[in-house]
Amino acid sequence: MSAGLDARALELLPAGPRLRAHDAAVFALREKRDVAGRAEPDFERLRDHAREAKAHALDHLDANLERFEARATAAGAVVHWAEDAPALNRIVHELLDARAARRVVKSKSMLTEECGLNPYLESRGIEVVDTDLGERIVQLGHEPPSHIIVPAIHRTREDIGALFARELIVPAGETDPARLTEAARRHLRGHFLGADAAITGANFAVAESGTIVVVTNEGNADLGMSLPKLHIACLGIEKVVPGLGDLAVFLRLLARSATGQPISVYTSLVTGPRPGAELHIVLVDNGRTRLLADDAHRRALGCIRCGACLNTCPVYRRAGGYAYGWVIPGPIGAVLAPALGGTDERRALPLASSLCGSCSAVCPVRIDLHEQLIAWRATDVPRGSRERLVARLAAALLERPALYGAAGRVARWLWPALARRWPGNPASPWLASRALPVHPGASFRTRWRARTRAEGRSRARTRGGEVR
Amino acid sequence: MPERGSSPPEVALFVPCYVDQLAPEVGLASATVLERLGCKVSFDPRQTCCGQPFVTSGAHTEAVRLARAHADVFAGAQAIVCPSASCVATVRRRYADLLSTESAASLAARTFELGEFIALSLGTRDVGAVFPHRVALLESCHGLRELGLGRPSEDLGAAADGVGITERLLRSVRGLELRPVSRRDECCGFGGAFSVGFPELSARIGRDKLRALAESGADYVTGTDASCLLHLEALRAREGFGPRAIHLAEILASRGGA
Repeated sequence: MSAGLDARALELLPAGPRLRAHDAAVFALREKRDVAGRAEPDFERLRDHAREAKAHALDHLDANLERFEARATAAGAVVHWAEDAPALNRIVHELLDARAARRVVKSKSMLTEECGLNPYLESRGIEVVDTDLGERIVQLGHEPPSHIIVPAIHRTREDIGALFARELIVPAGETDPARLTEAARRHLRGHFLGADAAITGANFAVAESGTIVVVTNEGNADLGMSLPKLHIACLGIEKVVPGLGDLAVFLRLLARSATGQPISVYTSLVTGPRPGAELHIVLVDNGRTRLLADDAHRRALGCIRCGACLNTCPVYRRAGGYAYGWVIPGPIGAVLAPALGGTDERRALPLASSLCGSCSAVCPVRIDLHEQLIAWRATDVPRGSRERLVARLAAALLERPALYGAAGRVARWLWPALARRWPGNPASPWLASRALPVHPGASFRTRWRARTRAEGRSRARTRGGEVR
Repeated sequence: MPERGSSPPEVALFVPCYVDQLAPEVGLASATVLERLGCKVSFDPRQTCCGQPFVTSGAHTEAVRLARAHADVFAGAQAIVCPSASCVATVRRRYADLLSTESAASLAARTFELGEFIALSLGTRDVGAVFPHRVALLESCHGLRELGLGRPSEDLGAAADGVGITERLLRSVRGLELRPVSRRDECCGFGGAFSVGFPELSARIGRDKLRALAESGADYVTGTDASCLLHLEALRAREGFGPRAIHLAEILASRGGA
C-alpha cells in the first residue's frame, strides 16, 4: 500500500534530467523564500502572529462565517453553502445554466480541483478555460496540476513549446518563454472577451467586510472578474478570517513563502458585485468541519496554500506531484488526504515522508506538519494484518533483552546471506539501491561485557598497588 | 570539564538497538569520550529499543510498551546519554504521547544527545580530539530541527546565524577541516521505515546527498545519527563514490590515528 507512491514516482518521474530539473526548479522556490524572508525583519514574528490568528479564526469559524455571509450579502453578493463536492458542482452548474452561460473563464482554485468542477461542467456542455498560464498548460495537456501554486512545474519549456505548437499558434521548435507566454496571452484574450461567466477561487475571505481576496501574478482573475456579468467565487470555509488586520499578516507571508515575492503582482479585494453584474460566493465544506472537530488535526485547516512545504520537501521534489495520486501533493497534501481524500491509498499518504521536519519549519502558519503525519500514522493509516503482526512480533522480541541479543547473533550469522540478492531476502528493499553495510562484528553489549570484565581484571591486578 | 574533587558525573549510556547491533563502535567511542571527560559511565543491558520505529510506523500499542520498558530501565539514571539524535528526539518529543506526563517529562529532562551533553551539561568545548581530515557535517534532521543541535536553514530569524552545538564541537577538533556542503541541511532520505517502504525515493534523496557531500571535497561525513550514516555508507558502497561515514562520537574519541 505504502509503496504506491514509490512505484508511481519511478513510473511518472523516472531518474534522469527531468527529475533533476524538477528538483532544481522546485528547490529554487524554497531558496527564493529564504531570501525574501530574510529581507523581511519581522518574518519569524509574522509567522507566530499568523499561527495565532489562524487558530483564533478557526476557533470562531462559525461566527466568522455568519458574519461574512451577512456582510457579503449586504454588499450585494449572493452566498451559497455547499456541503460537499457534488453540492458545489451542482450549485455552480445551476447558476451557469440559469443564465445560459456556455463559456467560462476560470482562474486558479485548488478547491475546484479537489471537487472536480471542470470535468463536471464540461460533461454538461460548458466550456471551461483555465486562464492561469500554468493551469492552461496542464489543461491543454489534459493533465491535473502537479503543484498547488506552480501547476506545470513538471514541464520544461521544450514540453510547453511542443504543446503550444500543437494547440496554439506558435512555430514548431519555439522554446522562448516570452514568445510562448505572448502566444498564450493572445489565445486567452479571445476567451476572456467571449466569456459568459468567470469562476475564481479566493485566497481569503474577510468576515468584517464581506470581502473576498484573490491573489494572482498574471491578473487573469481580475480580467475574468471585470469582463463577464457573472462572477462565481468558490472557496473552502476555512478561508474566512475575522478582519482586514489579519489579512495584512497573511498577505505579508503568502507570496514570500510561495515564490519569494514581497507581495503578489495582483492582490484584489472584492466586496460585492460591480454595477450591473452578479457576484456569487460558494462556501464549501467537503470534509472541513470533520477536520475542524478533530483536535489533533484541525490546525491543518490553517493552511494558506502557499506551497512552501512542497518546495522544501525532499520527497515531493523527487517524486513529483502526480505520484501522490491526489490533488494536493506534498506534506500538506499528505496531512489533508486522510480527512479529505477518501480512499485507502490516500489515507496511506502520511507514510510518504522521511519526517525530516523541514515542512513544519517553513510553514508560514507554523502548522506542525510532520507531527501531524506521525499522528495520522497512529490513527488513520490503514495497516494490513501482516504489518500489525510484524509490529507485534518485533515488539515482543525487543521487550525480551535475552531474546533480542540472540536474534542479533542469528542475524550476524546470516549476514553474508542477507548481503546477497535472492528472492525473498528480507533485506531486498535496501539492496535495490544500496549494499549492506560491512559486517559490524560483535554487538555493543557483547563488547561492553568484555570491556567491563577486562577492567575488572586490571583492577584486580593493580589492587594494593597504585591505581592510575 | 567537571571540577577535580567533585564527584564525577554519572552517565547511563543509552545505546539504541541499531547502534548496539549495527554500529557498536559508536557506543564504545561514546563511552571512551565520556570517560575521558571524567564521567562514570554505565550500561544497563536490559535496554533494547526506545520505540522510535513503532512510533513512526503508527504502531501505538507497541510504542507504548517499549517506552514503558525504556522508562523502567532508566528510572534511576541521573543523566542518560545517547549517540543518536533521533532516539533522543523520540524520548523528548514523542514520549508525551506514550507515557504519563511526569514520566515523559522526567525522561525528557534527563536524556541528552552525546554532543549536547558534552557541550551543554559538561560545558566542554574542546574534548582534546585530533582528527586531521576534511570532514563534512550531515545535519541529521531530528537533531537539527527537534533537538536544536544546529541552525536550521529554514529559520530566518536573527538567532539562526550562530553556530550549532555539533559544529562547534567539530571546530574544536585539532586538524579537522570542516567543508561546506550545498543544501547543507537537506534530509539524507533515510527516515527509518521510510527507507524500506519507499526504497526508490529514499535512494534518490540519498544519492543527491552523497553527491553534494562528495562535491564538498570531504574525506569523511559525520553526524549525530548512525542510522543516516549507515544509509549513506550503504549507498556509497553501491555507487562507489562519496566520503566515508564516521559518527561524531568516533571523531571526538579520536587521537589522530584514524
